[in-house]
Amino acid sequence: MTESNQPEKVFKTEEMVLNMGPQHPSTHGVLRFELTTDGEVMTKAVPDIGYLHRGIEKLAETVGYVGFMPYTDRIDYVSAMTANQGYAMAVEKLAGIEVTRRAELLRCTASELNRISSHLVGVGSFGLDMGASTPFVHALRERETINDLLESLCGARLTYNYVRIGGVSHDLPTGFIDKAMVFLNHFEPIVGELNRLLSDNKIFIERLANIGVISKEDAINYGLVGPNLRGSGVKFDVRRDEPYSVYPELDFNIPVGLGKAGTLGDCFDRYYVRVEEMRESAKIVRQCLLKLKDLPEGDIMGKVPRKIKPPKGEVLVKVESSRGEMAYWIVSDGSDNPLRLHCRTGSFTSMGIIEKLSRGMMIADLVALIGSFDIVAPEVDR
Amino acid sequence: MNEKDIITLIKTQFASAKLEWVEAPSGDNYLVVPSEALRDVVKYIKETEALYFDYLVNLSAFDATEHIEVTYHFYSYTHRHKLVLKVKAVRLNGEVPTITDLYGTANFQEREVFDLLGVRFASHPNLARILLPPDFKGHPLLKDYQEEAQYNGIETTRASLL
Repeated sequence: MTESNQPEKVFKTEEMVLNMGPQHPSTHGVLRFELTTDGEVMTKAVPDIGYLHRGIEKLAETVGYVGFMPYTDRIDYVSAMTANQGYAMAVEKLAGIEVTRRAELLRCTASELNRISSHLVGVGSFGLDMGASTPFVHALRERETINDLLESLCGARLTYNYVRIGGVSHDLPTGFIDKAMVFLNHFEPIVGELNRLLSDNKIFIERLANIGVISKEDAINYGLVGPNLRGSGVKFDVRRDEPYSVYPELDFNIPVGLGKAGTLGDCFDRYYVRVEEMRESAKIVRQCLLKLKDLPEGDIMGKVPRKIKPPKGEVLVKVESSRGEMAYWIVSDGSDNPLRLHCRTGSFTSMGIIEKLSRGMMIADLVALIGSFDIVAPEVDR
Repeated sequence: MNEKDIITLIKTQFASAKLEWVEAPSGDNYLVVPSEALRDVVKYIKETEALYFDYLVNLSAFDATEHIEVTYHFYSYTHRHKLVLKVKAVRLNGEVPTITDLYGTANFQEREVFDLLGVRFASHPNLARILLPPDFKGHPLLKDYQEEAQYNGIETTRASLL
């Protein structure tokens, strides 16, 4: 055998740098990963973000408090209602504006419906990432009904701009409560059906179990929030632990990861928390609708000054968005426009842990990891 | 623990450092920490059992014209209490020590503050731009930021079509 035929001379053994994205179906938007790979196994994956940076925080400094509301829709377009609500709550706290009970109930109803629709997208597209295309169609079919409901409420199907500083823009349209009840009665069994289709599917479970395990300590240290944090077994939900709106009077559970498929804090746990949360949100919507039914007609806007000029000071307000705790930090200098507005989002912080988790992971599993975080790219970049 | 007890505890521990507790008339109160004491204070509040601030909620900054106020929001999942720290950094390339080794989430958030406001975090493992492209000039969230007329040969403004 000649020397040139020796295997070590023929095969290159150095690590290869591979681009994943920015245009890639499983990155859920424009997002790039720089993978350093040794065959199928990665030595690291470094996220490169910022492709969708639109400078929303700079815009906030020029458009004023009321004018910024539609921009919050664009921070997280899959769950715009909670983004709206968080911003409104921050300004209300800073400016000392009271919200009427009717408006709070309407906000809560809309937010929880939006949470269901957001989780449906999350769960469905996660299935799609893992190669199961049928559940995605089923999930989106259910989401259509929610879009219809929210359209009848505020006129928009995706970027709602429904919540106003001090209240909401529209009261319930006629027949909304009945229509929503019909949907809930139909939807609650659907979760079980989705489970039969996806969550109990052996192939799906095997793809997720014991992959991307995040310990409780790491989840907290890297600032994971919402379902990603609860998937690691931390029972924390802003709605219960730092209650706002009407949540204290509602009855709902906080699902946490239990290591059902393998290890606590793996991709399956994060996924399954979302499935359970849809059930809980449906419960909340039902309670809100019953309360709204009993509530006499009333104002949907509190007393809001003509020009919103919060006093000098700063405030950080947290809201439980579909992607977990969303924090708005607003600094006011007493003028019409905020001096600084910052939006700390869950998708942004969850990007930080990927490099650590990716060591020694297969490329195909990175797709599972990103999918399990339920990332929305505009929320990463703002 | 309530806010008063937390502050008393920190102040007794760091009696020699010039810590300034600001009670704002509206909104959140905060503790101003000199940048040389920041790491010690953060380490203390993270590791002391009575405080145990294990979660860095938010790390951000704003341009207060005479300096940049880097603001840290901490929360404790164990005790369910919170704390706001502030460090005043010199405008334009002011230095603040990094806390990336204490909180993993600080890595990206410090890079964001560097990117948008130009604060340098000393001994940060990879202080590169994160949201803006690497060849971007300036730090847009500074109040005196002027947008360049061109970016890579592309005009950044356009005449009104009307």
